[in-house]
Amino acid sequence: MKIVGLRLATTAVFALAFALAVKAADRDEGGDSAHGFQAKLEYCKTCHGLSGEGYRGYFPMPRLAGQQPKYIENQLRAFIERRRVNPVMFNVAHVLSPATLAALSEHFRNLNPEPIGGGPRDHIALGKTIFEQGLPESNVPACSACHGPEAKGHEEIPRLAGQLFPYTLKALSYWGKERGVGGSRDDTSAIMVPTTHNLTHEQMSAIAAYLSYMK
Amino acid sequence: MKRITSKPAVLAIIMACVASPLSAQESLPIRNCTWCHGSSAQGYTSAPRIAGQTHRYIENSLLSFKSHARDNPASKQYMWGAAANLSGETARGFAVYFSELPASPANDGDEALASEGKSIYVEGRPASNVVSCIVCHGPNAEGFEGIPRLGGMGHDYLKRRLEQWNEGYHAAAEPMPRIAKRLSANEIEALASYLSFVR
Repeated sequence: MKIVGLRLATTAVFALAFALAVKAADRDEGGDSAHGFQAKLEYCKTCHGLSGEGYRGYFPMPRLAGQQPKYIENQLRAFIERRRVNPVMFNVAHVLSPATLAALSEHFRNLNPEPIGGGPRDHIALGKTIFEQGLPESNVPACSACHGPEAKGHEEIPRLAGQLFPYTLKALSYWGKERGVGGSRDDTSAIMVPTTHNLTHEQMSAIAAYLSYMK
Repeated sequence: MKRITSKPAVLAIIMACVASPLSAQESLPIRNCTWCHGSSAQGYTSAPRIAGQTHRYIENSLLSFKSHARDNPASKQYMWGAAANLSGETARGFAVYFSELPASPANDGDEALASEGKSIYVEGRPASNVVSCIVCHGPNAEGFEGIPRLGGMGHDYLKRRLEQWNEGYHAAAEPMPRIAKRLSANEIEALASYLSFVR
């Protein structure tokens, strides 16, 4: 009888502890629990696409699928530290815990949807040439030298393959205004400043068009 | 004498034939729309403002009434019948015509909630996974391509649309059902209030 009572008490204690844990997880808005993580993941995908393929709203929301986790982490930190200016993403990033951030970037790395495409097709050939060979006469290095021959990126250097046409075009057009702000030496995005200054609008558009179809 | 009087009549007929293709709107039965949406298409009771709406959104909406993808009660009651025999060409004609009309804001929300609504619209509520509206609908809620203009729409219409996604209506309109389910009743009220004042 005593043993049964003890067992019941133990079960009750475990049940209570479990219930409290579940309640804590529900409240966990930073997303560290499994429940919180799924909700946060759905939140990201609401704007960036159900497969991370990106979305064309008033502002283009970039493809995250197949993106380098180190790049995603570095950019989210850049939003928080105001090295990269984007009011919406500042708010998004500053509630993410490091553990959630790592799990999210790992999740997106493994997605591989078809690119949305959409760049002007008559510009693709010029874009391919610039991507593979650069523009020696304008001192523009080949994009592939750093981003890789298949534009898959490496560590902090982003994947560009399949990125949305208007997103890449906007990034190249306003580079120094949005990224590498504040002159921090740690910010690797400053590397791109001279390159973007040496590109014409037509050349930027060509690169963005070529990348938008790349798998 | 008879021949002389008939000349102006013939001329009038010819003029009418020449003039009509020049103003495409005249061939559209605009009045069928404005009976409910108001003579200047600014909306009236449950019929939303369509003046100044993005043309792609109007066209898509008309086609989704016709296909019954848009299935909330007011759509069923009024718009399913209205769009049943609509050709693609007429839908496009209506869309372009109404998108070019000037729009004025409804200004019928709760002014005290407008600043909270603006903050949700611009920033979202990242801690509770509410996404920002501005990224798709634009800084002045002006819409983009097939994404509707929301600025200055009537408070009641905006509120009901946001509520209805949570009630299971118009489920095909990704990503809005997933966005709206994160909104509380107070947040919906604040958003609808803010947007009614946006010019």
